[in-house]
Order: sequence, then C-alpha cells, then structure tokens
Amino acid sequence: MQNQAGRIDSALAIELVGISKSFGPVQANRDIHLPVRRGTIHGIVGENGAGKSTLMSILYGFYQADSGEIRINGQRTEIPDSLAAISAGIGMVHQHFMLVQPFTVLENIILGAEDGPLLRPSLAKARSELERLANEYELRVDPDAVVSELSVGAQQRVEILKALYRECDILILDEPTGVLTPAEADHLFRILEHLKSEGKTIILITHKLREIMAVTDEVSIMRRGEMVKTLVTSETSPSELAELMVGRRVLLRVEKTPAKPGPVALEAKDLTLIDDKGVERLRSVSLNVREGEILGIAGVAGNGQSELLEVLAGIAVANSGTVTFRGQDLDLSKITNANQRRKLGIAHVPEDRHRRGLVMPYQTWENTAFGYHGQPRFEAGYGLMSRGEMRNDAVGKIERFDIRPPDTNLKSANFSGGNQQKIVLAREIESDPDVLLVGQPTRGVDIGAIEFIHQQIVTLRDRGKAIILVSVELDEIQALSDRIIVMFDGRVSGERLSSETDERELGLLMAGIDPEKSEGA
Amino acid sequence: MNDKLPRWVDLALIPLINLILAFLVAGLVVVFIGEDPIQAVRLLLVGSLGSSYGIGFTLYYATTFVFTGLAVAIAFHAGLFNIGGEGQAALGGIGATLVCLAFDWPHWTLALPFAILGACLFGAAWAFIPGYLQAKRGSHIVITTIMFNFIGAALVVYLLVNVLKVPGSMAPETRNFAEGTHLPFMHEILGVFGVAISKTPLNLSAFLALVGAFLTWLLIWRSRLGYEMRALGFSEPAAVYAGIDPVRVTIIAMVLSGAMAGMMALNVVMGFQHRLVLDYVGGAGFVGIAVALMGRNHPVGVVIAAILFGILYQGGAELAFDMPNISREMIVVIQALVILFTGALENLVRFPMERLFVKSGTRTG
Amino acid sequence: MDIDVFVQLMGSSLRLATPLLLACLAGLFSERAGIFDIGLDGKMLAAAFAAGAVAAVSGSAWLGLLAGIGASMALSVVHGLASITLRGNQLISGVAINFLASGMTALIGQNWFHQGGQTPQLTADSRFLGIQLPFAEGLSSVPIVGPIYSNFISGHNILVYIALLTVPLTWWILFRTRFGLRLRAVGENPGAVDTAGISVVVQRYQAVLICGLLCGISGAYLSTGMSAGFVREMTAGKGFIALAALIFAKWKPWPALGACFLFGFLEAFGIRYQGFTIAGVTVPVQFMQALPYILTVVILAGFVGKAIPPKAGGQPYVKER
Repeated sequence: MQNQAGRIDSALAIELVGISKSFGPVQANRDIHLPVRRGTIHGIVGENGAGKSTLMSILYGFYQADSGEIRINGQRTEIPDSLAAISAGIGMVHQHFMLVQPFTVLENIILGAEDGPLLRPSLAKARSELERLANEYELRVDPDAVVSELSVGAQQRVEILKALYRECDILILDEPTGVLTPAEADHLFRILEHLKSEGKTIILITHKLREIMAVTDEVSIMRRGEMVKTLVTSETSPSELAELMVGRRVLLRVEKTPAKPGPVALEAKDLTLIDDKGVERLRSVSLNVREGEILGIAGVAGNGQSELLEVLAGIAVANSGTVTFRGQDLDLSKITNANQRRKLGIAHVPEDRHRRGLVMPYQTWENTAFGYHGQPRFEAGYGLMSRGEMRNDAVGKIERFDIRPPDTNLKSANFSGGNQQKIVLAREIESDPDVLLVGQPTRGVDIGAIEFIHQQIVTLRDRGKAIILVSVELDEIQALSDRIIVMFDGRVSGERLSSETDERELGLLMAGIDPEKSEGA
Repeated sequence: MNDKLPRWVDLALIPLINLILAFLVAGLVVVFIGEDPIQAVRLLLVGSLGSSYGIGFTLYYATTFVFTGLAVAIAFHAGLFNIGGEGQAALGGIGATLVCLAFDWPHWTLALPFAILGACLFGAAWAFIPGYLQAKRGSHIVITTIMFNFIGAALVVYLLVNVLKVPGSMAPETRNFAEGTHLPFMHEILGVFGVAISKTPLNLSAFLALVGAFLTWLLIWRSRLGYEMRALGFSEPAAVYAGIDPVRVTIIAMVLSGAMAGMMALNVVMGFQHRLVLDYVGGAGFVGIAVALMGRNHPVGVVIAAILFGILYQGGAELAFDMPNISREMIVVIQALVILFTGALENLVRFPMERLFVKSGTRTG
Repeated sequence: MDIDVFVQLMGSSLRLATPLLLACLAGLFSERAGIFDIGLDGKMLAAAFAAGAVAAVSGSAWLGLLAGIGASMALSVVHGLASITLRGNQLISGVAINFLASGMTALIGQNWFHQGGQTPQLTADSRFLGIQLPFAEGLSSVPIVGPIYSNFISGHNILVYIALLTVPLTWWILFRTRFGLRLRAVGENPGAVDTAGISVVVQRYQAVLICGLLCGISGAYLSTGMSAGFVREMTAGKGFIALAALIFAKWKPWPALGACFLFGFLEAFGIRYQGFTIAGVTVPVQFMQALPYILTVVILAGFVGKAIPPKAGGQPYVKER
C-alpha cells in the first residue's frame, strides 16, 4: 500500500515491487524492483534469457507473478489479463507482431476495442481517429491496406497505433529494432521521442546498447532473472552497461594471431534469390573466402544473410549466379543439396539449431551424426545403422567438446543452449570440412560456452580452413573475423579488413551507406 | 515440456491411466443400458480367452489390427496422420484377389509371395497418391486420405459389381479362390505337430503380422530410412538441413504405410474368406488408428493393443449374444473411448502429472 | 430434358444439399476459429438419432430438433474440451467423435427401441413436412416460372429454408459483426486476439458450439425431414462430403452454398440416372458417388485454385514463453 518513503510517489508511472516468477524449476524473475518515471523513455537491457520479456509479460497480464506487486501511477493494480493491462493504460508492441495478417489495418486496430456488436460504426470511428493520430505522431499507414502486404516497419507502426487507439499512457516495446533497417529504426525513435514529448511513458526492451545510449533517459539492467541496477543513461557508458549485463568485464577480444590467408577456397558470383512472395532477398551477391581466413558477414537481421548461408549450404535455391568450390560449380537449383555439400567438405552450423541443427527428441548419439548418418562408417548393412559406431563417435565428441552432461542417451531438448550448440559444432567441425559455414554461433548461449565456441572456430581457421561467419552481433563479427562483408537489403554494401575498420563505419554500412563512396560524391 | 516427466510415467503410467479412464466410461455406458459391467467384463474375457476357439478368433482379429495399426504407426513417425488405412486395405484386397484369381495356383507357398506383392502394391498405390500430393503440392494428408477412403470404396464396389462378380450371381463378391491359394489355418499347422485346437479363422498370416511388426521395428529404430523419417516427423527444415529429401521420405513413408494396410488382405481374404466380399475391411482400417495410439506407435505396443482389440471384437461378439441389451456396437464405443482418452484427451492426465512431477522436482532441487 | 424433369431434379438437389449445407456452415464456423473438425459426420449422426428418437417418443418434430441440437452440441463440448482446454489433437478428437456417435446411436437405439438400431417410423405430424409457399398452386400453370416456383422454390420443409437463410446470416455474422471479426482473428492469429484482451478459449468454444448447433439441425433434417425416422449410419458419409464442400468453397459462406448445391446435384443426378451414358461410355453410378471426393482432391492438390485454410487451424493455442 505504501512505498518505502511512506507516501505515494506520483512521479512514477510504473513501479514494480518484489516481482518473482518461476516456470517449474526455472526462476525467470527474482525479486524485481523497477521504478519508471512518467514521461520518460526507460530502457531495460539484458542478455537473452535475462528475464526481460517475462517481466514485461507480467506487466501486460500475460503471466501472473508468483509474488510482488505492480503499482501504476502510485496505485497498487492487479493485472490478471491483457484486458486489465489495457484498461490500466498499458500498451505493448511485441517482438513478433500480434497482427492478423489477412485483415486490413483498420480491422486490426479495432480488434478487441470495438464500440458495439456491429463493425460499421467502429470502423468509421477508427478511421477518423487514425487520421488524427497520423497527423499528431507522424504515424502514417493506409487504413485500408491489408497487413500482410505492408513492410515490417509499417506493421510495427500499426502495432503502435493499436496501443494509441486504446489510449495507452505507457507503451512497452519488446526488441523493436531487431527486424528493422537502420532507417526504419531511426523513424521509430523519432516517433518515440514525439510520444514522450506528449507525456507518454515508454519502456524499451533491447539488448542493443547503442539504442539504449541513443534514446533512453534511464536504463535498468537485468541479469539472470534479477534486476542489477537502474541508472541515468547520461551518467553511464556502454562499457559499464555491458559489464553489468554479463556480471564481469567482458573482453570480446578473442585470442588469435593474424590470419595467413591462402588461396581462394570458395567463391560466389552474382547470387540472386527471389522468395515465394516475389521479394528479392539476394541481389547479385558476390564474395569469396580464402583458406585460413574467417570471413564475417555483418548486417541487421533479415538483410539476406540467412538466405546467403542457406544457398551456400545447398538448402535454398538461387535464381541466378554461381558458387565455385575447388574449380567446380555447385548446384544451386535444389533445396536438397546438403548431402552433396557435405561430401565435398562444406560443413554448416545453421542459424536455428532448434528447428534445423538438431532433432530435439533425438538422443545425443543420434544428433552427433545428423546429416552424416549416411556415411559408410555408420552403416551396418541392409540399410541399417550401426548404433555401436554412432555411440563411440558420440562419446569422442562429447569429450573433446566438453558437452555437459556427458550423456550419450540424453535427449537434445534437455541440454542447455550452449551444450546444444556444442553438439552441432562438434559434429560439423569434426567432419573435417574445408569450408565451415556458421550462422549465429552464440545465439542463446551462455557466456562460458561463447568463449569455447569462439576458440574452436579460430582453431579451425588456424588449421588452414575457410570459415564464413554470419552473425547479427557486431561485436562477435569484429572479434572473430579477419575480413568483413556487410549486407544491406540483399546486397553487399561494403567489404573491409577487420583491422582497418571500426564500429561506426560498419554501422553506416549496415544502414546501406558506404562512407568511402559518399565522401567522394 | 514432455521431457520433464520420468520415462516410466511418460511411457507406461499415463497411457495406463488413460486406458483405465476409457474403460471406466465404457463401464458407465454399460450401467446406463442396465447391465452389470463386471458380468459384462467376465463374459467378454471368457468369450475371447476362455477357450481355444475364443483365443483363435481373438488372435485372428488381432492379426488384422496389427497390420492396420502398424500402417498408422509407420506414417505417424514421419509426421503423417494416415487415416486412409480403410481404403488402402480395401485396395490391398483387390490386389491379393487379382493374384489369387489370375492362375490356378498349385500350392499356397507359390501363391503367397505374389499375393503379398499384389496386396502391398495395391495398398501402396492407394497411399502413394495422397503421399505424393502432400509432398509435392502440400495437400493436407488427413483430408486427402479421408477422400481416398470414399473414392476407394466406390472403386471397389464398381470392380466387384461390374468386373469381378460371378456372372449371373447377385452377390457382389468374387468366385471362391482355388484350393492352391488357401493359406493354412492354425489348427491345420498345429495339427501337423499333433496339437489339436478348435477350428478358427486364425491362419498363417498371424506369423506374417509378427514378422511385419519386427520389420517395422527395424525400419523405425534401426534403419537409416527410419532415422530420416523420424527427423522429418520432428521438423522438415531439420530434415532438409541434414540432406534428407522430404518429398522422397514422405512418399516412401506413405507407400510403406499403405502396403502394410494392404497386408490385412492376406489374413482375411486369402487366409479365411477365400474370396473377396463387399466391404471386407469392415472398419479395421479405423481400428488401426486406435491400436496405434494405444500402442504409442511402437511395434510392441501395437501388437499388445491389437490383441486387446482382438479380445474386444471376439469377446464383444460373444457378449452381444449373451447380453441382448449390449449390441456389437459396444466395441465401436469402446474403440471411440480409447481413441478419445489415449489420443485427444491425453492431456487430461498429462497436465496434472506434469504439475505433480515438476513441483516435486523443484522441492528436491 | 424437359423443364419439369429439370425442375424436379433441381428440387431434389436442393433437398439433398440441405444437410450438406448446414454441416458445411457448421464446419465453417469451427475451422474459421482455428478448430479443425472432421467429426461433423458424427455430430450429424448423433443429432439424427436424438431427433428421430425424441420425435418418435414425444410426437413433436420440434422437440426432436431440440434433442438433436442438444446431442450434437454435447459432442461439440467434448471436441472443445479436447482441442481447446486440453490442447489435444483436433483430428484425433474428430475421429473419436465419429466412432462414438456411430457406436452409441446403434447401441442406445437397439437398447431403446429393439428395432435393429432404427427408431420407430415417424408419423406425418412428428416430421418436418414440405410447406407450400403462397401462390404455389396458382402459379404452377404459368409456363417456366410456374414450375420453377412451385417445384423448386416452394414445397420444401422449414429446415431447408432455414439452411438457405443461414448462408447470408453466416456471411453477415462473419464479416459485419464484432463477433465475426474476433472469430476470424482467432483462427488466423490467436496471439493477436489474446493480447487484445479477448479470451481465445471463450471465442473458440463459442465457435465450436455454433458448429454443434448447425450440425444438430443438419442431423435432425436427415431423420425428421428427409426421412421418417433414424436408420443406422444414416449420414452415410455426408459429414465428410460437407467437409469436402467446405474446402471446395475455400471456407467462404456463399461459395459453400454453391459447393453444397453442386454436390447435392451430383447425388440427385446419380440417383435419377443410374449408369447414364455419355458419348457411348456408360458412367458408373459409383463414379458419380465418388465425384465430390475426387473434385475435392483436385482442389486440394491446387490444380484449380489453391485452398488455403485458416492459418492457425489445427494448432492448440499456447501462450509462448
């Protein structure tokens, strides 16, 4: 009923007091305290799995806290469901948009906020209201457009409009820039500033420190389900935030000697890929990677890196272009070329280990051979597989890659993210490839395992192998790569030697701006 | 989430409780129609297991259900819900019949391999089209296999009435097969060894069913194809990543499933009836769904569940005879309840179990 | 073909299309809300039995209709429990419901009436009989318009007209009301509905119950309208043809009317012209019976316009973590 000061602090739009939440044995939030001042942009940072999204889901009534209380404008408020959150003035823009794709913008806006049992008056009211909001906040979207035909940035604006239409005072955005181009992200931040100036309170959840520094007034740091600290943004620095996030000084400097690049191992020329919806995902992409070199591919998620990796790995079809490996052109016309690539010595650590890299209900010994299960050494005749051979193979990989727990019979779903990734990595690296394609090697992986995984990749390079690394974590790209290619909107926007570039330049390239070229213009 | 539960709970306790619930509800139905459920169970068991006659019939039915149950299980491992067993088995009957009628076979040992081929080929063909459409065109396999059950039924009626019927006869059935195609009955086989049992339809196919179960086990858990099927069943992107062709594996899984369903023709048509009659499948294809669900899609489980359904079918017939209030359709009700409780309502037991075990898990650590 | 024969054929097409149409619209409500229902046939069968039995015992067709709706909706609750509350497999639940209806109707029917699973023959006043619309008599002598009005439009029982009215009503509910907006939304993206503060569970149960209601009318029509009493397995797969029609109509109300009428026409035509001949080839009656299923497979295969089901169909809704 009262806070520590014994009075109601009305300067706070939201105050979370002692929030705890666990899912079975996993404690997602532990005794969280969070003050959010009215009319500010408040950032919440933390690594993947730090408990940010859970906390916001509690605030939005998606989950119930096990203990603790929520105060809104100083009043203790129960939020048993999303409806209660909405009526308390809270709006949320989810990481994965909560939009009905075949509906129009208007239909999406009124869904759940209709005025009566008939749609016509609600739609008319929403149309005029939308007009007003568009003028007020620079939030222009065609009300009659079908959502599935809108760009990602426009869909996000629809989400924000949905919240504003419900007259929210507090807007929560969960990782809003993950899918945006830099230009779209800038547009978003302008909108947020505008909303702030109108007196709205904004909570921005992200793991990107640059965004925190750029737009927030205050920032709270979460780590392993706990709230570490709340700081005034202008009085802190990215390095301090990073340190608080991971709990110790991170040196994202990987121990490695300068590369000794050999001859070109793999070369791609003019790759073009048009997806089912007719969107050009790759536009004439050319690159090469040399033996003994790590080629990093940087870019905001969704700018063609995933497609590029999949074309190289033989599981996506390119519409035109060539890939040459050992003087031979690879087949780019089928999605079933993964075996052919493996036989040639091209291994692939996929971006999504849950849906691609592992079969979750398989036991370790089954997954350590996944993709290589057709090799003669695992054969026992008559189409049967040699379980003994597969188990022996698994035991070796578990030992050399320190996979924990060292259990050949455990289902992969029951390993931690880091150990799952080690299973994939062990399998691909020990296939002794000449080229290794790696996507997001440390996504959802704990700090301890990150170092180990990075070291393995560097070791492979030092053995003279060629590596193509795709990551949306710029730090990781910089720490590992010898040479960096930046992708923007399906094309290569720039190429730099790792030693001759910096974060600022790469950031511009990720936004599709080449500083060298624009200087000349 | 499933993996939080201990293996024995997942594999034994939950299915058992589900089964008990299904039979409890069935018992209530019996009470509702004014009969004594205990007495009904006694009659059921005596009728099905109380004599070599009863056991023979029970195992004869079970043989059929092993084939149709394995058919559902094979497809299921590749992530495909094949409810077309009924139609595939019907077509399998045509295949076996054509082989049996084609020649004046001198001995069943010569006819058998070709009959197997015929039954499998026709059953497989009827599963191939839905499999192909699923793999290549994305047509939902459940809907297409339902449609193919009806199309198959119409086709079989047409063939029986217009092509295969004995000229001049009114009955929509083929002429009797030559002596040289009749599979030996179990009472004949055991008679050779001097063991005398009652005359029942139980025939050599029972061994074929066991061989089928063993081969299915080898396929799913020991072969490369089975490994690839299970990977595809889990996630298509994963399969593609591992160099597995989803189109190929989907079609093969359906073809094998259809062939297994077609195999039931050996038991019924070639082993017992010695001619093809209208609707010889009689719902056995659907029983296969219940059998596979109850047997958790494992060949051993399928064999056990098939025997249980054999008991229900044989005992149910006896029961209907002794308790006129309970008609043979009681079996269909029990079958429905088994599918409902072990399949659709599985979480009725699983959710509380998860709460129970996960809670105790946090307490201990 | 002279006009009288043609009009008669159309009239019987409409009568045969009616149960399909009601069941098809029933499926439309359920599947648009994201709940697959292959148990339409079972619900129809249960309703046909309950309606036939109660009408026979009470002598009232309307009480029969109510009983039919009640039986069908009870099975809907089972389906809802399995697929919404317990997040089970909707297809398996549908299969189970079909068997449950098939077994229970025969079992209870035999136990109750001792007529081999049939209900007693219904008298005329415990059935839904054809209604002569105004002027049907007088207009029948007018050429062309007369026979069409008196033999095609007039003369059906009330449930036929209810079925026809259900088409615009379904369209209106789906596309012009708040309820319809939410129902369609929950079948496409239940997450969007949940975060908008609407209960996915309530929304889906409502849809499933409407499905039960319409299947109930459809089943009652079979035993108290089209026939005079219940016969074992009297749906004869009509629920599956309705499902086929639903796919054929791509989950839209007006096309559903077209698809059901087409399938009804095929059946009527097949009955009237058993084994007719086209260009010297005799078309077997079995082919006519299989045609709705064949057409649906062709549609499903995407050779004639792709049928895209509601996106969230078949998947239980679980809040993501």
